[in-house]
Amino acid sequence: MGFLESVRMALRALGANKLRAALTMLGVIIGVAAVIALMSIGRGIQASIQAQIQALGSNLLFVSPGAQNQGGVRTQAGSAPTLTYEDALAIVESGRVPEVLGVAPESGGFAQVVANGQNTNVRVTGVTPSYEDVRSFHAAIGEFITREQVDSRSLVAVLGANTKTLLFGEGDAIGQTIRVNQQNVAANLRVVGVLEPKGSGFGGSQDDLVLVPITTQMTRLNRARTSRGGFTVSSINVQLADEKIETSNLAVQNIGDLLRERHRVIQDDFTIRSQQDILNTATQITGAITLFLGAVAGISLLVGGIGIMNIMLVSVTERTREIGIRKAIGAKRRDILTQFLIEATVVSVLGGGIGIALGGGGASLLNGISFGGGQTLTTVVSLDAVLLAFTVSACIGLFFGVYPAVKASRLNPIEALRYE
Amino acid sequence: MQRDVEQAGVTNQPAVVIRADGLSKTYQMGDVTVRALNGATFEVRTGEMMSIMGPSGSGKSTLMNILGCLDQPTSGTYWLDGTETSQLDDDELASIRNKKIGFVFQQFNLLARTSALEQVELPLLYAGVSQRRKRALTALDRVGLADRSHHRPTELSGGQQQRVAIARALVGEPAIILADEPTGALDSRTSEEVMAIFQQLNREGITVVFVTHERDIAEHTRRIIRLTDGRIASDLSIPVDEQRIARTIHEPIETPV
Repeated sequence: MGFLESVRMALRALGANKLRAALTMLGVIIGVAAVIALMSIGRGIQASIQAQIQALGSNLLFVSPGAQNQGGVRTQAGSAPTLTYEDALAIVESGRVPEVLGVAPESGGFAQVVANGQNTNVRVTGVTPSYEDVRSFHAAIGEFITREQVDSRSLVAVLGANTKTLLFGEGDAIGQTIRVNQQNVAANLRVVGVLEPKGSGFGGSQDDLVLVPITTQMTRLNRARTSRGGFTVSSINVQLADEKIETSNLAVQNIGDLLRERHRVIQDDFTIRSQQDILNTATQITGAITLFLGAVAGISLLVGGIGIMNIMLVSVTERTREIGIRKAIGAKRRDILTQFLIEATVVSVLGGGIGIALGGGGASLLNGISFGGGQTLTTVVSLDAVLLAFTVSACIGLFFGVYPAVKASRLNPIEALRYE
Repeated sequence: MQRDVEQAGVTNQPAVVIRADGLSKTYQMGDVTVRALNGATFEVRTGEMMSIMGPSGSGKSTLMNILGCLDQPTSGTYWLDGTETSQLDDDELASIRNKKIGFVFQQFNLLARTSALEQVELPLLYAGVSQRRKRALTALDRVGLADRSHHRPTELSGGQQQRVAIARALVGEPAIILADEPTGALDSRTSEEVMAIFQQLNREGITVVFVTHERDIAEHTRRIIRLTDGRIASDLSIPVDEQRIARTIHEPIETPV
């Protein structure tokens, strides 16, 4: 029997009991819709995180200190005070890394900040003027840290939008004094600027912070020095001349050579990460989230499949006589098997189609919904999710249809004909 | 019986289409062995119209199932149109039913929600032959239902439903038509109509075997095999002039040549 005839026959059999067919389909519809919607949300989150990472500045390298080795115990990466302010200057000034446009070293840690009778614990970061461009932090009121302030180790600070609001409310912060207490070293700083709000980003709010001249941070607040006497920095942001991957690779190579030479080490006591590395990590994480969401939705698809099996078993029993008639007039086992398998598959594929439409529709409805912090959810209905859901629903029909279909095909024609 | 010697060509008689030789069927019901059929031996030639009669429990249904290749004998051999069936598997039996046997049942056994035309096409569909529509229409025409081809069973009278079933039985040009109490669910006038169709088909050369307990039906045939306790009690031919000819009011039957 031809495939089209079998499908037609299956549609007619389903049409005979429309409500039941619809209810059977519902399980698959919900499952597929959930898979599509959740995967779309997952993809949306993935896309938005990627966009945020790219918004950090599109052509950045991050140099951070390596892990500390103490008596053979390797501690957390970034814990060793190996990277210095002078290293950062050397990357630009030595001329050994032509790919570099600028560097923005930063140094700092969490500190208690008191002002105006309020206090908060925020990250106090020492920066240079180039930090403004490299990390896209711009002053909304007042000014950013200037070269002169860095050179003179001025006691000034620029506040993040949230920190300003927290300490001074709606009032004017410029010219006010804040007291910063970092690791029991305290200093009074004058506020010279407030940053534009940036919203939450990868790794927390980017508006809860205090920026100070890096020299101020190193000499007045945190006096950590390396064994060779340099001022340590917690990381160096390096801005490259362009976004080419070759440029990035060359720069990683050259900076590595320079730092190894300066530190007189063979094994790296620092780590250079490109934005691509971070992007890859983020993609891995969000990919896992998407997969997890898909798997959860997949469970409902499985339940839908069991629903199909249940109804097909009932259908086989109800149509025992029909099966008997078909066998009497010459249907082989394979014919009956195919008939019921196609019926189950038609149910699941139809359900899958409707589910894709519903899931896609639901995802587009969710698109643009705000979830706080000025961020909106972007959903992406991807072709592969659609194909996957469709294939899986067809396979579920086949898989859960097999047992009832085999049962039908093995019926004894005499008993089946006698069945009332 | 002089079987093995008699050959169609030699004796100038029609070919043997059914050869049953010592057909037996036993069922195990707990500790009791029930012998439903006990060595039935007979032959049917092409173009015959015969009845198998007997009271319930005589083994009639068992014999019918074996003759229809729905079941296989415990012992004995059954040749249908030159094929010995006892060694065949389920699918081979299905194929034989499809190509060599046309069933007509008491309860019509039509598929619900399926038009007459599609009912009749179904055996051809399973046979995988071409020109199904045309052949199905021809078959419906032979039972006088060409104008009802798109009606569903619920839109047809009992007699019309049985005629659709007959069309479905004969569409594949089977070696025999097996009719199991074909008028059991019909009133006497409609029964007469249906029997007239069978007689007409038989005149056109189709072999028809009835399984019935109604004397009335059996009298329309030319040979009656009576079963008692799984054995053939008698095998009688009815002279042509004693055979009842079924007549219908709206469908006059041509006088045989």
